[in-house]
Amino acid sequence: MLEVKDAVVRYGAITALHGISFSVERGEIVTLLGANGAGKSTTLRMLSGLHAPASGQILFEGRDISATKAHDFAALGISHVPEGRRIFPQMSVEENLEMGAFTRRDSVTEDMGRMYETFPILKERRKQLGSNLSGGEQQMLAIARALMAQPKLLLLDEPSMGLAPMIVETIFAIIGDIRSSGTTVLVVEQNASQALRLADRGYVMENGRIAFSDAASTLLHDERVRAVYLGESVES
Amino acid sequence: MGAFGHYLAAHFDTLKLEFWALFVGGVANGFLYGMIAVGYTLVYGVLRLINFAHSEVFMSGGFAGYFVMRALVGQSVPSGFSSVGLILLGIVASGLAGALVATLIERVAYRTLRRRNAPKLAYLISAIGASYFLFNLAGKEFGHLSVSMPQPYINHPVFHIFGAPVEMYYVIILVVSVAMFVLLDRVVATTKLGRGIRAVAQDAETASLMGVNIDRTIAITFIVGGTLGGVAGFLFGLNIGVVYTMGFVPALKAFTAAVLGGIGNLRGAMIGGLILGIFESLCVVFVQAAYIDVVAFGILVLVLLVRPTGILGERLGRSA
Repeated sequence: MLEVKDAVVRYGAITALHGISFSVERGEIVTLLGANGAGKSTTLRMLSGLHAPASGQILFEGRDISATKAHDFAALGISHVPEGRRIFPQMSVEENLEMGAFTRRDSVTEDMGRMYETFPILKERRKQLGSNLSGGEQQMLAIARALMAQPKLLLLDEPSMGLAPMIVETIFAIIGDIRSSGTTVLVVEQNASQALRLADRGYVMENGRIAFSDAASTLLHDERVRAVYLGESVES
Repeated sequence: MGAFGHYLAAHFDTLKLEFWALFVGGVANGFLYGMIAVGYTLVYGVLRLINFAHSEVFMSGGFAGYFVMRALVGQSVPSGFSSVGLILLGIVASGLAGALVATLIERVAYRTLRRRNAPKLAYLISAIGASYFLFNLAGKEFGHLSVSMPQPYINHPVFHIFGAPVEMYYVIILVVSVAMFVLLDRVVATTKLGRGIRAVAQDAETASLMGVNIDRTIAITFIVGGTLGGVAGFLFGLNIGVVYTMGFVPALKAFTAAVLGGIGNLRGAMIGGLILGIFESLCVVFVQAAYIDVVAFGILVLVLLVRPTGILGERLGRSA
């Protein structure tokens, strides 16, 4: 479904991604792991058109989308749940959901009803401003907002960041449900153990490169992963 | 009390009449300031930049209206339906001219810099450059003397408020600006277009992830602000006449109004315009006519010192 070939991303003189290659198959949950600054967020931003690759290719359903502009990605079927949720603070929950469906021309009321079923708390708060929601509620809204575009591929950037462990469980359960309903998921996470338990496959990034990759269940027991990432997250 | 008290008592009726006449004039001016201020505030909302070439949008609207009036108004002052038709034509022409000039400013002075990720100061300078270019071009093409606009209506009092006459000119300003402002307010609050504008104002990058074309949204805010600014130029010119430098002072005052109401805030722009218009008009009674501009810009300095976010604060993002 998604294939990245030797993609390079630069911020001015700094090279953030030194030619990374990976793929995501339809129906999978794939996770990108790595320390801060390894290039995970940059990778997701590249996959939403926020940073065009300086060289290399991004193929989505066989189509080269490396030069596609950010505002055209939603219509392609790629939705991005950005790091820090980025809810529109002065819009109501309902308006945030409507923003998610911005490029759609058909009626969205049915999908909105479905989101309210999946996230009952959002229904309760649908007239409240985005800025008045708790972190967990905002994360649910950010995911629901992205789903309103009816994506084929959902990109999630640090969905567990800053959330209480119980909420994290809920969010990951929802991500599992999203995949079951037919949407492919690429998730970037610091919380490696949670991510690997959910994902099918994982890529480990280091300094703007993909260091290694494997089936998630294998990575979960990989010594390098355990030492570097799981050690931290198990203790916290 | 003493002498001043006796003076007040003796002249109370005259003072009262003068007060209300000036109040009416202030409200009308305030609506015009508000219409111009909307252009500043919309552009600020999405770009976080002040469009210092907006004065020339106003001036172009004035000239567009002038040329239409000159072409269509004959020897005698029209009345009735023909007046309404002429005013509507003037509004359409000045709105189109304003939108066109604003679009040109955006394309030439703003978009080119945005492509290069220029620092904010560069936009300020290019906007001032565009302003000088445009008003000098207008001076060259249309002459350097103020010309009065052929009147498309008879300016008789329509009704009285506390004894003070409210002339047709004020009624036109009131009707046109309220209609345009309410329409704009509703579009921004309730339509998809408006939601896109608010999304860009709140978080441009996330808006683009939702599929909002940022360049297009910015262009639309220039068009909308340009339309209102152009129409304001026409309404202003109906009374005062038009000249190539006509944009400078009203636009600077409208900028003051936008800051007063809370830059980035649509309703704030209108409220700020009204407050400023009424204040400076009443300054004729309470201070001296010569101090009008001192009062207006004194307000700007005061607001910046005391409450830099203005009365309502920045919130183009909000639906209400």
